[in-house]
Amino acid sequence: MSKQAAAVPKKKRSFMELMKRREVQRGLVIVLFMFVPLLLLMTFTYIPFAKMVQFSFYDMKYIGERTFVGLQNYIDVFQREDIFSSLFVSLYYMGGAIVQLALALFFASLMVFKERGASFFKGAMFFPYLICGIAIGFIFKFFYARGFVLDSILQMFGMNMEDIPMWLQDQSINNIALAATSVWRYTGQNMILFLGAMMSVDSDLYEAASLDGANKWHQFIYIILPSIKSIVVLNLILSISGSLSAFEPPYVITNGTMGTGTYFVIMNRIAHENQKVGLACAMAIVLLAIIILCTVAQKLFFKYAFDDGTSDESKAAVRKRKKAEKAAKKAAQRAKGGQAK
Amino acid sequence: MKSQIKIGSILFSIFKYAMLIAAAVISLLPVVVCVFTAFKTTDDYNSSSVLDLPKQWMAENFSIALDQANMLRGFANTAIVLVVVLTCSIFISAMLAYVLNRFKFRGNGIIQNLFMFASLIPGIATQVTVYQIMFSLGLINHLYGYMIVLMGTDIISIYIFLQFFENLPVSLDESAIMDGCTYFGVFFKILFPLLKPAIVTSLVLKGVSVYNEYYMSNLYLQTRELRTISTALYAFTGPYGNQYNYICAGVLITIIPIFVLFLIFQKQIYGGMAAGAVKG
Repeated sequence: MSKQAAAVPKKKRSFMELMKRREVQRGLVIVLFMFVPLLLLMTFTYIPFAKMVQFSFYDMKYIGERTFVGLQNYIDVFQREDIFSSLFVSLYYMGGAIVQLALALFFASLMVFKERGASFFKGAMFFPYLICGIAIGFIFKFFYARGFVLDSILQMFGMNMEDIPMWLQDQSINNIALAATSVWRYTGQNMILFLGAMMSVDSDLYEAASLDGANKWHQFIYIILPSIKSIVVLNLILSISGSLSAFEPPYVITNGTMGTGTYFVIMNRIAHENQKVGLACAMAIVLLAIIILCTVAQKLFFKYAFDDGTSDESKAAVRKRKKAEKAAKKAAQRAKGGQAK
Repeated sequence: MKSQIKIGSILFSIFKYAMLIAAAVISLLPVVVCVFTAFKTTDDYNSSSVLDLPKQWMAENFSIALDQANMLRGFANTAIVLVVVLTCSIFISAMLAYVLNRFKFRGNGIIQNLFMFASLIPGIATQVTVYQIMFSLGLINHLYGYMIVLMGTDIISIYIFLQFFENLPVSLDESAIMDGCTYFGVFFKILFPLLKPAIVTSLVLKGVSVYNEYYMSNLYLQTRELRTISTALYAFTGPYGNQYNYICAGVLITIIPIFVLFLIFQKQIYGGMAAGAVKG
């Protein structure tokens, strides 16, 4: 109401009128501007979500009869070999996500002190992110196919064809090969994010640091790294839920065969090919529960460790400092008391 | 002492450039091989190693790919979807963010939390039941149905705009209102033009995700005429099997437009990415 209060009018009546009109207008704006987004949110997120919860207790197809089966679908999620083992496939993508963050951090720090040719390297590494997932799938299907790109390169370096594994068929390596494609795709993008955060550091800080005799290594450790802590944490959280929902690489490249089916590939098959809608819904809910658990656990962890990941001082450091302050106060009081005596 | 430092920094430069060059090669190699292959005739493709340059640079694969997979139609559809979805979702999310940020009313916090929770739900998970809703609303196999779904699952831009409004001083609104401006006027005349950086960010993020979207396009646009560029490309799996010279041509056709856009708007894309991350 401060807006209206600020405009104290000369005539009381016109003020009341203005108020009235403002109130009506306010309500109108709120309703009009929120109607469409809320309608969309309900229709495409919350109603489907509610239905998903409901369907997960039924044995049903898209069309036809449904029978209530209680928790049977949930039991199936954990007992069916193909579903449960697909959760372990996600671990490969999680490993990939961590490699990708590390590589992105490494290359971002190589490029932070503007170097010659930086824009070319930046562009080359970032561009894969813009290619659509299906195209990336084809590129790597070709890349890994027996006797094609990767094999030819390895042969050029003198490897024998017999020593080269079947990248997409050999179960000990095919998931790594697939996870590598998503590392290839996202490393450059992560690097751009980190570079952006590193560059946003006030340039005065560098000047002050170099006046104080800090070299580039010191600048990196004490100025740049702390500035990107929160964005690294954010990306870690995103990449964990992202790796649980990995879909495109196995879908296009191997179609989920040979033990490469991630959770979503299996779910997609169960929902749209086998039409076991109830089971697919239960799978979706289990996945959502896992993602929420991970997000909450990570948030709590980082809240404890760094105060939501944004402050530079960790909780432990704060506690130490406060203790030291208290001790200092006590010591000072004691000293005062001693003097008084 | 000084010369030691110099040697050290030279060695470091060598190491740095070796790493950067290696990274660039790894990033570009799979695409470059694809370019070679796309220009080979079928005979050339069958007889040469994939790493060889084509004997003659032939563009016929491209015309075959364009024809067979109906990719021009795919481009047209994707272009329509992009323009409509980006325009609408920018207005929708900017307006929502304006109301949520500027007005305190009962339920404001709840609504913000509803959007936040929705962002946790992975898109593919709910599609099982969204499919049913789309079906009962009669939105399947219509380009507008697909566009509506894409707008409905747009939470990134809402976040970007919410964050941006935080940093726009309220005094702007207040002085405009004192000058007799309506709330609508405040939004459309005063605030919206100031949102430009946030608009660029959400154009970039949303644009990339719409252009690359495959799953929903495959579910909700099932006829051949309605294919978008990514589903048109996926159609190559069947008939061409191992004829990678055609497939690579198709892949390049989808890459070329985005490559050109990337060269033109490089700065804005990087900026948009970085801003989206810090704020989102």
